[in-house]
Amino acid sequence: MSALLSVSGLQKSFGAVVVADATSFDVASGEAVGILGPNGAGKTSLFNLITGALKPSGGRITFDGADITASSAAARCKMGIARSFQIPQPFGGMTVFENALVGATQGAGLSGHEAEQYAMDVLDQTGLLARANTRAGTLTLLERKRLELTRALAAKPKLLLLDEIAGGLTEAECQSLIATIKDIHAGGTTIIWIEHVVHALMAVVERLIVIDFGKKIAEGAPKPIMESAEVKEIYLGVDPDV
Amino acid sequence: MSGPTVSRSTRASRVAMIIGFVGLIVLIAAPWWAGRADLRLMGEIYLYLSLACLWNLMAGYAGLVSVGQQAYVGFGGYMLFALSIFGGLNPVVAILLGGVLAAIISVPVAALMFRLKGAYFAIGTWVMAEVFRLSFAQIQPLGGGSGTSLPVAIVKELGAKKAAREATSYWLALGAAVAVLLAVYLLLRSRRGLALTAIRDSEVAASGLGIDIWRTKLEVYVVTSAFTAIIGGLIFLQKLRISPDAAFSVNDWTAFVIFIVVIGGIGTLEGPIIGTLLFFALREVLADFGTIYLMVLGAVAIVVMLKAPKGVWGLIRERFDLELFPLSYRVRTKDD
Repeated sequence: MSALLSVSGLQKSFGAVVVADATSFDVASGEAVGILGPNGAGKTSLFNLITGALKPSGGRITFDGADITASSAAARCKMGIARSFQIPQPFGGMTVFENALVGATQGAGLSGHEAEQYAMDVLDQTGLLARANTRAGTLTLLERKRLELTRALAAKPKLLLLDEIAGGLTEAECQSLIATIKDIHAGGTTIIWIEHVVHALMAVVERLIVIDFGKKIAEGAPKPIMESAEVKEIYLGVDPDV
Repeated sequence: MSGPTVSRSTRASRVAMIIGFVGLIVLIAAPWWAGRADLRLMGEIYLYLSLACLWNLMAGYAGLVSVGQQAYVGFGGYMLFALSIFGGLNPVVAILLGGVLAAIISVPVAALMFRLKGAYFAIGTWVMAEVFRLSFAQIQPLGGGSGTSLPVAIVKELGAKKAAREATSYWLALGAAVAVLLAVYLLLRSRRGLALTAIRDSEVAASGLGIDIWRTKLEVYVVTSAFTAIIGGLIFLQKLRISPDAAFSVNDWTAFVIFIVVIGGIGTLEGPIIGTLLFFALREVLADFGTIYLMVLGAVAIVVMLKAPKGVWGLIRERFDLELFPLSYRVRTKDD
């Protein structure tokens, strides 16, 4: 297995709060990895470091064989890293279709009819095609989360980073989201998924990484990780999903 | 089954284009049907419209809320005087060259100013405009602090007779406004415009989707500054006299422009047009009331900001889903 993404010795803190403490892991091409950890553990910060929204104070990130530690967020997207935001960041004044088109034209580098067609295909895949002409600022929270997924997919990523997109969904919605993500993964896209809805995560990922206080504290196949007493007690409390 | 299709024009935008085209022809013919005072007023309206469109592009789309664009209005004005008086250039050539020089000078200014964010950027640009004003006040051949007039010989290059000169000056202003509107429209309609609109709505998401924010902002700043300097040149070609205080006036070239954009609707192409018409309507109605005029402007600005933060056009657009310039993409399924 060749590593698509390799993070080694990543270091970042905000004052006394350490969000990445010598974090190291690899993600192989085509893999689906889940990230678990309590609130404030540094999960979203890890995504910010991988996408370039934050600069690490130490360590190295390589992607697709290239050192991207110093690359800009825009350059990393063009190389094939796209993310969804935990707190949706829609382009509120633009329509849903235009949001997807930004991903297709700026991220994936498509143009003209090809870009429009691709944006529509992705909207179809994520179930937002019927809302194509709606202004994104007027979407419901659930639709906004779908839009996050849509926009990231429209950028044709090799590596897709999903940040808590299942939270707040009904069981039926959650099942359809799981099906969508499984499809994306089956299409060859590598996925890293931060999620508190554990059963959704377990349905998709092949490996789990648990972090707390910026430190990786466990890593391995989902089942044994979830059953380890440490993870159960300290980091998931009495979550009924477990 | 053929899938859904994408189109950009709407009925409203097609009607607007026809009305706009007919209106433009009527306006081009204005020297034959309008009086001298009206011609001057319309020329002024066109130049304010241009400044408003440019400021809107920079602040409303690229998020660069500058209160220092008077730096480029004044710079363009002074370049007209300097290049035509000392360089012997035709005034129109001098104005265009002033635009090129403004583009060049805006690059180091941007490199400095872009280190500042938000309110600091706003104040920084204002300070920079003051630096421009004080610098030009030092240039004695251009009249120093008291300014200078455009020599009659240069003015006559626009036309031997007064009526001809006024018509030329009017057409230049109209041409500038049309050029600015068209340039901003074509930019916003392009792939770059899509990126710029994305930046308007969320910078963090835009950069995550492959958009180079810094470079895009720099391009917008440079282009806006160059056009602003050209408009500045045209403004002082109408006035025929320049002084540092008039050229770098924060009130005339920035405060009024911000008022226009904010009441019209920031971050839309239609907003500055509506705003300019409202501003001049208010000004003409209140012209006889002295300082009360400014107080009313202030009150209108406050009410609009509280009641309709997206401006008059924002209200209209939300209520009627209207768009005069076909920028949006609309997906149509077969049964639409």
